[in-house]
Amino acid sequence: MAAATQTGRPPAATAPRRRPNWARVRRAGLPYLLLLPAVCFELLVHVIPMLVGIWMSFKQLTVFFIRNWSAAPNAGLTNYRLALNFNNAVGTALLHSFGITLAFTVLVVALSWLIGSGAAILMQDSFRGRGLLRTYFLVPYALPAYTAAITWEFMFQRDNGAINQILVHELHLTSHPPFWLIGNNSFAALVITAVWRTWPFAFLVVTAGLQNISADLYEAAAIDGAGVWQRIRRITMPSLRPVNQVLVLVLFLWNFNDFSTPFVLFGNVAPAQANLLSLQIYDTSFQNWNFGSGSAMSVLLLLFLLLVTAVYLLITNRVRKTSDA
Amino acid sequence: MPSRAVRSPMDPPRSFLWIRRIVLTLLGLFTAVPLYVMISSSLKPLVDVQAAFTWVPSHLTISPYIDMWSTVPLAHYFANSAIVALCSTAISVVIAILSAYAVSRYRFAGRRVFTSTVLSTQMFPGILFLLPLFLIFVNIGNSTGIQLSDTRLGLIVTYLTFTLPFSIWMLVGYFDSIPRELDEAAAVDGSGPIGTLLRIVIPAAMPGIVTVAVYSFMTAWGEVLFASVMTNDSTRTLAVGLRDYASQNDVYWNQIMAASLVVSVPVVGGFLLLQRYLVAGLTAGSVK
Repeated sequence: MAAATQTGRPPAATAPRRRPNWARVRRAGLPYLLLLPAVCFELLVHVIPMLVGIWMSFKQLTVFFIRNWSAAPNAGLTNYRLALNFNNAVGTALLHSFGITLAFTVLVVALSWLIGSGAAILMQDSFRGRGLLRTYFLVPYALPAYTAAITWEFMFQRDNGAINQILVHELHLTSHPPFWLIGNNSFAALVITAVWRTWPFAFLVVTAGLQNISADLYEAAAIDGAGVWQRIRRITMPSLRPVNQVLVLVLFLWNFNDFSTPFVLFGNVAPAQANLLSLQIYDTSFQNWNFGSGSAMSVLLLLFLLLVTAVYLLITNRVRKTSDA
Repeated sequence: MPSRAVRSPMDPPRSFLWIRRIVLTLLGLFTAVPLYVMISSSLKPLVDVQAAFTWVPSHLTISPYIDMWSTVPLAHYFANSAIVALCSTAISVVIAILSAYAVSRYRFAGRRVFTSTVLSTQMFPGILFLLPLFLIFVNIGNSTGIQLSDTRLGLIVTYLTFTLPFSIWMLVGYFDSIPRELDEAAAVDGSGPIGTLLRIVIPAAMPGIVTVAVYSFMTAWGEVLFASVMTNDSTRTLAVGLRDYASQNDVYWNQIMAASLVVSVPVVGGFLLLQRYLVAGLTAGSVK
């Protein structure tokens, strides 16, 4: 017993000094250990592919080299020059597609935001059936992207679709049933389908944002004699600003990168009037098997999106700061 | 009970009520038309969907729901979609729980780099990752014989490009909303960090975890871009497989609508059941 306590004493004396050190090392290392799988997978699916993508954009990766990439010759800036040379077919097509995508995105974001936040604000005060209606409005957003687009594709059929049935036979707006999935109307078809799928998301986010506005604010305004429209303008809209800032950005990025809607609606090759960038890059890569050119276009797309995001955040944050002050 | 005739200053005026009625009715119709077309066409005989569109089926039939399984190998696509979506969801939720716990409960060097990487990759276009991943898979297959492109495993890995950052981002928000006092109480009781995660944080965040899982599953279930490139006849998922109904001599619109409805039911059901939690999670993420 005595020997045990004697031999046990020296370690006990040093232990308080050593143990916290060990604990500190373990505590400092633990977060990294927890992050390890996430970091590995981030490297695997994001960082390495992105670096490879940048490398590919400087290579001449045509169909001959796809199975043997190390043999692909250097292309220097050729792929970028080709994409940005607006005098040749590739550059013109890309520029045109960029314009279409921008117009599509601005329209879809504006309409979805307007409809979504309008509906959310109109449904702020409770009325009978509100919960059910909210759930119902979310159905288009919950549907898988392709089933929504397939249904619209069916509705936009010229001879057996519901849209022409409504326009020609029920409203008598025109006697010649128009084509919707080819030609000029295809852009409208694309926008309508995208808005149908997107606005419920805006509705969902704004509805959630409205729940964070204190009821006291509205009561105080009502006592001061503010009508319902004034309350929306003076309280609701300013309070929603932080939510809207994120919402508009997310909607923009989603729609600018949208691939599913045009791909399902039109198939591999979309009509020129509705050829969004993602589909254009996809065609360059998988129809023409030119991966170098496709990668250069993807990198340009990414640079554009980063630029837009940075400028947007800079401007909206400045506006927020000046309006807060 | 207070009389309804007395109008308080909080009550909206007539004009507001009318605008509300009109706008919500129009939106209700806009939402309803495609849903109605989908449901009614799925119950029509083939002659109905090949002729001019009619709002009411000439007669109701459930044969599209039976024939759709044999026109294309729908059950096979269904299984592929389920395997891919379930596996990518499971992997990303487990990884996300560990990393979200680290990000939410510890302050360490590199934390900001990690969170901003996760946030930004969430917004990058899918096509940016598709080309290199496809090329990497093809060349790994060529040099080592491990087949990744055209396999379910390959598709699962590519689906992590969007399920993983989303899951991490949402779970950090949920974990942040769990009071730290709970962790501290567990630590006083002698629980280590992992024990606290397993016994306190995960049970408390369960609604959030389920929501993240459902949402990941939904996005994987509806994914088109990667599926159109990374699959072949035997690994095809629903997103691409539904187009097969149109590549036959006839376009079986009634079967397409029936199949669309059937493949939508699992995700729409799950989403609507969990929408309340989902709203909380989305705002937790967007307010920051």
